[in-house]
Amino acid sequence: MAAVTPQTTVATGEDLLRIGGRTFRSRLFVGTARYPNLQVMLDAIEASGAEVVTVAIRRIDLSDPSRQGVLDVLDRSKYTILPNTAGCYTAKDAVLTAKLAREALETDLIKLEVIGDDRTLFPDVEELLRAAAELVRDGFTVLPYTNDDPITAQKLQDIGCAAVMPLGAPIGSGMGIRNPYNLMIMREMISVPLIVDAGVGTASDAAIAMELGCDGVLINSAIAGARHPVQMARAMRLAVEAGRLAYLAGRIPRKLYATASSPMEGLLGT
Amino acid sequence: MEQVQTIQKRLRVNGSWMESSAATVVELLQSLGIDPSRRGIAVAVNDAVVLRSEWATAPLHDGDRVEILRATQGG
Repeated sequence: MAAVTPQTTVATGEDLLRIGGRTFRSRLFVGTARYPNLQVMLDAIEASGAEVVTVAIRRIDLSDPSRQGVLDVLDRSKYTILPNTAGCYTAKDAVLTAKLAREALETDLIKLEVIGDDRTLFPDVEELLRAAAELVRDGFTVLPYTNDDPITAQKLQDIGCAAVMPLGAPIGSGMGIRNPYNLMIMREMISVPLIVDAGVGTASDAAIAMELGCDGVLINSAIAGARHPVQMARAMRLAVEAGRLAYLAGRIPRKLYATASSPMEGLLGT
Repeated sequence: MEQVQTIQKRLRVNGSWMESSAATVVELLQSLGIDPSRRGIAVAVNDAVVLRSEWATAPLHDGDRVEILRATQGG
């Protein structure tokens, strides 16, 4: 009888995600917004296993300037903080926000968002490319939120972005991966990490993104807005890991007709 | 009695106009009850970032637009 070698879990072994000069074991990035309270947020982040956590940059509340903020509760030795430029509609505002984020958080990482419309929150690609170029020139490690458009992704990579973050569906929509075929094309064209940002609604969506070959998934609303955020955070962690393993393992091809899995030889009555 | 000369100016801070006698960014932060040594804060004056190392010397002028920002929960 042949010895069965137990397989180690690839996704928790040496399968590291590299972005810029940084390496991460977890391929799940999580946002910090819209949780019922800060404690649930902390517990959910912990349960997600995420190492990268996003924050926004906003005006300080002058009526209560010392109020406890997200940075007062997050252990910065444990998490890499990824500031975003959410809410910016122009390259100019996004670049200024990125520079303020760098100053406030002492990081060159920026999740670049330049929004074109407040109903869809789809990116304004023209402004996005302009802002990305300026920030890359200025030494930022730029992770741009973009459409599921392979050509834009290619341009962002050519500009020097450290990763490309295509949407699966509109931000907060929970509609899942609406265009898996574009992500597959993108996977073939793009060599920097592809992180699906936005659209994931539940665990299977995250698994699908990973099975398509994406390098990671960024999730906020689907965890924070779940009835039980901490449970959902763990579900997402497992889904991302499962999807990654399935991608690395290599799925069987799809075909229209059956292929018996049990042997035909020795069948009764033959 | 000695008269202390303070120059009042109008500043637009985080979108609201206010009267202030602050001569520098540090003085403005202190007058607003913000500890300048607190981490996680960034300041822009007239759409240009003022580095933390320059807060003590960066002068404020009448009509300046000041933005004081911090990290907050976001996705």
